[in-house]
Amino acid sequence: MKTQSRLEKVLASGALAVTSEVGPPRGAIPEKVKEKASLIKDHVDAINVTDNQTAMVRMSSWAAGVIIKQMGLDPILQMVTRDRNRLAMQSDIIGAYSMGINTMMCLSGDHVKFGDHPMANGVFDLDSIQLVQAVRKMRDEGKFQGGADIKSPPKMFIGAAANPFADPFELRVMRLAKKIKAGADFIQTQCIFNLDKFEKYMEMVCDRGLDEQVHLLAGITPMKSAGMARYMKNKVPGMDVPDDVIKRMEGVSKEEQPEEGIKIAIESIERLKKVKGVHGFHIMAIEWEEKVPQIVEKAGLFPRPVV
Amino acid sequence: MITAEQKPLKEIIEYISPYDRILLVGCNECVTVCAAGGRKEVGLLASALNLHSLKQGRTIDIKEITLERQCDPEYVEELVSEIDRADAILSMACGCGVQTIAERYKEKPVFPAVNTKFMGASQSQGIWVERCQGCGDCLLGITGGICPVARCSKHLLNGPCGGTSDGKCEIAPDVDCAWCLIWERLKALGMEKRYEEIMEAKDFRPAGGGGPRKIIREDLSL
Amino acid sequence: MENFEPEIVAFCCHYCAYTAADMAGSKRIAYPPNVKIIRVPCTGKVDAIHIMKAFEKGADGVYVAGCLEGDCHFKNGNTRAKYRVEQVQKYLTDLGWEKDRVAMINMSAGMGEFFASTALEFTQNIKQLGPSPIKHFNTDGHQTAVS
Repeated sequence: MKTQSRLEKVLASGALAVTSEVGPPRGAIPEKVKEKASLIKDHVDAINVTDNQTAMVRMSSWAAGVIIKQMGLDPILQMVTRDRNRLAMQSDIIGAYSMGINTMMCLSGDHVKFGDHPMANGVFDLDSIQLVQAVRKMRDEGKFQGGADIKSPPKMFIGAAANPFADPFELRVMRLAKKIKAGADFIQTQCIFNLDKFEKYMEMVCDRGLDEQVHLLAGITPMKSAGMARYMKNKVPGMDVPDDVIKRMEGVSKEEQPEEGIKIAIESIERLKKVKGVHGFHIMAIEWEEKVPQIVEKAGLFPRPVV
Repeated sequence: MITAEQKPLKEIIEYISPYDRILLVGCNECVTVCAAGGRKEVGLLASALNLHSLKQGRTIDIKEITLERQCDPEYVEELVSEIDRADAILSMACGCGVQTIAERYKEKPVFPAVNTKFMGASQSQGIWVERCQGCGDCLLGITGGICPVARCSKHLLNGPCGGTSDGKCEIAPDVDCAWCLIWERLKALGMEKRYEEIMEAKDFRPAGGGGPRKIIREDLSL
Repeated sequence: MENFEPEIVAFCCHYCAYTAADMAGSKRIAYPPNVKIIRVPCTGKVDAIHIMKAFEKGADGVYVAGCLEGDCHFKNGNTRAKYRVEQVQKYLTDLGWEKDRVAMINMSAGMGEFFASTALEFTQNIKQLGPSPIKHFNTDGHQTAVS
């Protein structure tokens, strides 16, 4: 074991891991973090805590992560390189680790243009791959970016993201290979709706033997409505929602659409469980956390293993 | 070249409103090429400022001069004969020119008439695009001649991010994804393998992180 | 103000508007004497600075009359002129002037009547707008303090 991370232990046990996420509130409302985490606490192995997601200011991911940690749960500290330079990131990693957070997720982050601070300067002192390298260097070599030794280095289990659907498709596996080479221990993917394409991607991943070098958690998002499906298809960059999924959502009444969305999510998990290289699921129920337990149970992923 | 755009007239007028005698100085280099502060633009701005002051029932004396290069002390020296007859200087050069004048003529206020924008190339007539951020450590040799520092919206050295679609950047449909361009170019050159080499975190000292930058060429200095 | 007779400068292309003006003359179609014609080899030769200088010298209105779109003798001089007129309109707007004091008009050499009616219409428009905002300063209507 590289770390004390519960996620690492679950993955090492060979069980399919389950993670989900909590978006911190836009205000000093610690109760909100607890409330959201409580909804999913028994059904996941670890909880991603997003970092100023969609480039909007929120409670910092490490602070919200500490609140979750204090509930006896396992937060995954998300960190985007958009908002901090390498000094700030390394100090936050040490700080988070000192508060008991041992798993993190390295991202570049949405461009500031999409948030409510489009006038802010995006930092991007490092990119996501360089952040993975930096965290690994802290853990495995006990060194800061500047080369100095760290007294009692933070031991983080390192995650990175992959979008199997963004263009150009031929680069996607190479990019994953780069993240693994940089030091990613696990990967959480973008929401998967186009299962055929994802399976093709996973074949390519396995052909290169990457499935043996990294734990890949497939991203699952239940859709609340046909409108949401259309929005994700048309407006969210790098999202691939096939027409038959939209048709299926449109094929039922508005009242039944949420239930249909959950059904699709569960069927997706059932199908992806059989795909070689998929070691778990990352369920992103956007502002719909209360549905996560139902999905996990119906997909046969409950109870969660004790490690 | 360095590109620039004229400031809004309102802002320029505010700067010079306390003064009666203005020395309006253009530059024959970059700002002439990007039609922001050459001889022609100097004439137009002078004319507009005249119209404005006449409308208010006053006259201002605008002396138009376009220097060969405003960022060189030798050429800025040419203003010596005019400087006493001016209350203020309005410069249509880039920020380098404005500062060269300010440094030489300390007793006169200098105002910029353009906003200096970026180091760019001409894409077609009337369109200039950013191509270089002067990071001081050129990567073009390993990125197929396309700069990720200047052209990726996140300056990613290991791109593309997940936001690219159809070769375009997520920030706007008319912005090319620099990393898609790099990839296409590497493929065309048979250098695909290079893509998988991780580019290490950038040293930002040559990019200005180490304070204002300076080049000293002892073989050239007198 | 009722007696206000605007001074109007018309930059006319040799190949169309100038010939049209000639034709109006030979057909004895009257057009306002306010319009002072400046013949140019092509409206593409008219730069923004020429229009601005006309205003500086006291013109109440300026128009550029070039060939019909697509018919420029020099390919696209009239299109360039159109952009320059727009550039001056923007300047005038920024200066708090009426942008309609400057216009781009297209016609062919055979449109003598159109030349006359356009001259009349533009003159009336400028009469409506009143004297140029700097007119009060131009005691003799021509000279300003500008050298």
